[in-house]
Amino acid sequence: MPEEPVAVVGIGQTKHVAARRDVSIAGLVREAAVRALEDAALTWADIDAVVIGKAPDFFEGLMMPELYLADALGAVGKPMLRVHTAGSVGGSTALVAANLVSARVHRTVLTLAFEKQSESNAMWGLSLPIPFQQPLLAGAGGFFAPHVRAYMRRTGAPDTVGSLVAYKDRRNALKNPYAHIHDPDITLEKVRSAPMLWDPIRYSETCPSSDGACAMVLTDRAGAARSPQPPAWVHGGAMRSEPTLFAGKDFVSPRAGRDCAADVYRQAGIGDPRREIDAVEMYVPFSWYEPMWLENLGFADEGEGWKLTESGVTELDGDLPVNPSGGVLSTNPIGASGMIRFAEAALQVRGQAGEHQVAGARKALGHAYGGGAQFFSMWLVGAEPPSS
Amino acid sequence: MRDVAIVAFAQTDHLRQTDELSEVEILMPVLHQVLDATGLRASDIGFTCSGSSDYLAGRAFSFTMALDGVGANPPISESHVEMDGAWALYEAWVKIQTGQADTALVYSYGKSSPGEVRDVLTRQLDPYYVGPLWPDSVALAALQAQALIDAGDTDETALAAIAHRSRVAAADNPHAQLKGAVPAGDYVVRPLRTGDCPPVGDGAAAVILAAGDTARALCPRPAWIRGIDHRIEAHSLGVRELTDSPSTRLAATRAGAFERPVDTAELHAPFTSQEVVLRKALRLDDSVDVNPSGGALAANPVMAAGLIRLGEAAARIHRGESDRALAHATSGPCLQQNMVAVLEGESAHA
Repeated sequence: MPEEPVAVVGIGQTKHVAARRDVSIAGLVREAAVRALEDAALTWADIDAVVIGKAPDFFEGLMMPELYLADALGAVGKPMLRVHTAGSVGGSTALVAANLVSARVHRTVLTLAFEKQSESNAMWGLSLPIPFQQPLLAGAGGFFAPHVRAYMRRTGAPDTVGSLVAYKDRRNALKNPYAHIHDPDITLEKVRSAPMLWDPIRYSETCPSSDGACAMVLTDRAGAARSPQPPAWVHGGAMRSEPTLFAGKDFVSPRAGRDCAADVYRQAGIGDPRREIDAVEMYVPFSWYEPMWLENLGFADEGEGWKLTESGVTELDGDLPVNPSGGVLSTNPIGASGMIRFAEAALQVRGQAGEHQVAGARKALGHAYGGGAQFFSMWLVGAEPPSS
Repeated sequence: MRDVAIVAFAQTDHLRQTDELSEVEILMPVLHQVLDATGLRASDIGFTCSGSSDYLAGRAFSFTMALDGVGANPPISESHVEMDGAWALYEAWVKIQTGQADTALVYSYGKSSPGEVRDVLTRQLDPYYVGPLWPDSVALAALQAQALIDAGDTDETALAAIAHRSRVAAADNPHAQLKGAVPAGDYVVRPLRTGDCPPVGDGAAAVILAAGDTARALCPRPAWIRGIDHRIEAHSLGVRELTDSPSTRLAATRAGAFERPVDTAELHAPFTSQEVVLRKALRLDDSVDVNPSGGALAANPVMAAGLIRLGEAAARIHRGESDRALAHATSGPCLQQNMVAVLEGESAHA
C-alpha cells in the first residue's frame, strides 16, 4: 500500500470579520494562501496541485468558483479540485488534499477553503424553499434547535450548560488574533441574558456570519524534512455520510459521526480518546453541540458529555481543552470553518497556537460536520510522525 | 500505482425535458444498474463520490437529496465535488490509490431543462468584470470558433461535418438525445449554428471502479485506468490562446496518452469547434475513432457529460471494441479545465 505519511508544513488564515469589503473573493483566498506558503517557506512553484472547498455556491452567487480562482491560487497549469460536502467541506477538502499526498500522486499540495458570507445572506441561503422542505426551518438554527432539546431531555442536562460553552469559546477567541468575535467585556451573565432565537438557543450561543479563508500546505516525508517549522503529522483521517432522514436516525448522536471517529482512532492507534488526545477543535456552531459531540466522538459516555463541560474539563486550562481557538461560535466563514478546525488542531501540535496554545499538546483532533448532521470529516494530527 | 479499472457504467436516456422526474429519480435507475452489473450493494462499496451543481438544481446542498437516494445507512465513506462527475471519478481513483478502498461508486447528474443553461453558466465567470455582462456559453464558444477560423484551423463546412459525423454515430447510441442527420440550422451566435451546439438536456451517469483482482472478479474485461491527469488554465479569455489547449496536452502527457496510439477517443467537446482544438492538442488523426457515442453533441447533461466520456470509453473496452481508449472531460468556458484518462483492456499489448 502506497500510504505516504502526510505532514502539515504551512498554515495561513485571514483575520475573520463580518465583511471584508476591501478585497475581492480572489484577494481573500490569496491572502490565506500566501500566509500558508510563507509559513512553509515555499513558493507557488513548489505546489503540485490545489484542492479548494467551500459551502454552497449560492452564498457568493458564483458557480464553481474554482474556475475564476485558478489564477489567484497559482493553479494555472496544475490540477485543481473543488470539494463541496456542506458544512463539513473544510475538513473534507483537507482530506482530499491529504489523500493526493498519501497516494503519492503529488508531493506538495495547497488546500484552501473560504466563505465570503457578506456577499449574500446565509440565513436565507440555508432556508430551503418549499417543496424541498417544510417552512419554518429558518436557517440552520431552526433545524438544529429541536435536536438540542432532544439532547437535554435525554440526558437531563441543566439548561445552563450551553451558556458555559459560549462563554468559554468567546473568551478563548480573545486569545486568537484571527477570530471574528472579540468581545473583551464578555460575561457569563451577558451570554445568559441574550435574546432567545430558536429555543433553547440564544443569540449569544450561535455562530456569526464571517468572511474568511484558511489554507494549508500538505507534503510528504521529504517535504516535511525541509520544513523550517515543526510539521504536524496526519495520523488518521476519515469521512462518513448518512442520509438526512431515515427511520432510526439519531440526530443527537448520529452514527456517521461515531463511525467516523472510530475509523480515525483506529488509524491513529487511539484506544482511549479522553486520555490520549490533548486538544480538540470541534465543529460547534451552536453551543450545545459541544456536550453532544463530546459523546458522539467518544470523549464521554452517553449522557455524560454535559458533565465534562460543566466541570471545566473543556476549558483552555482544563484536562481536555475544546476549541482553544474560540471555535465556530467565534468565527464562521462556513466553507472554511471545517478547515479552520483541522488547521487549529495542527497549530496545537506544532506548538504554534500562540496565546491559545494548549501546553504540551502532542495529539489533537480536528472535526467538522455538515448537512442535517449527516456529513462528517475528521483528522487526528500529532507532533511525531505516525509509527506505522 | 495500484491497477484500477472501470468495471461498470450506466447512463440514462438523455432527454430535453424531465418535468415529471426529480434529479434523484433520474439518478436512481443508473445507480441500480451499475450495482446490479457487479452484484455489489451500496454497503459493499469502499468509497462513494459524486459530482453535481447547486446552480443547475437551483438550491443549496442539492447533492444531499441524491445521497438519500443512495441509501447511506449504515453510514458510508463518501465525498462530493461541485464539478463534473469526471472529477468525482478522479477523487475516487485517488482514494483507491491510498489503499483505503478497493471499490468506488461514482455518479453525477444534471437537469438543465428547468432553467436557461446558457444564462446559468454565465455565473461561472469572473463575478466582478465578466459575469455582470452575462456573456453566455454559446457566445464564448463562438469567440473560440471564430478564432479557429481566423487562424485557418477550420471553417464552417468542416465544423458542420463534425456535427454530422457525431449525430450519425449517435444513431447507434440508445441513450443519445440528438441523433441522425441533423440540419446545420441557423446561426445561434455567428459562426456557430444550431448544429454546432449541444442539445440542452437532462441525464445521469454512474460508474464503479475497482482495484486489481477485485476488478477482474467483477468484470470479464475491465477497463484499466493506465493514466489519469487533469489541468486548469487561466480563467480570463484574454490571457488564453483559444485555438490551443495546453492543459489538455499536459494532462494527456501525464496520463501517458502519447506513449502508444489509442484506437478510440471520447472527447468532451460540447461545440464542434472544440473538437478541432482537442484533436490538435491530443494529436488525434483519422485512424482514431473519435466520439463513436456521438459525444456531447448528441447528449450533454451538464455535470454528467464528462463522466459519460469515461464511461463510454470504458464500455467499448468492456465490449471488446477497443483495446486502448482515451477519455477526456472539460469544465469551464472554452475548455478552461481538462482531464485526460487512458483506458486499456487486459490484453491490449500482451
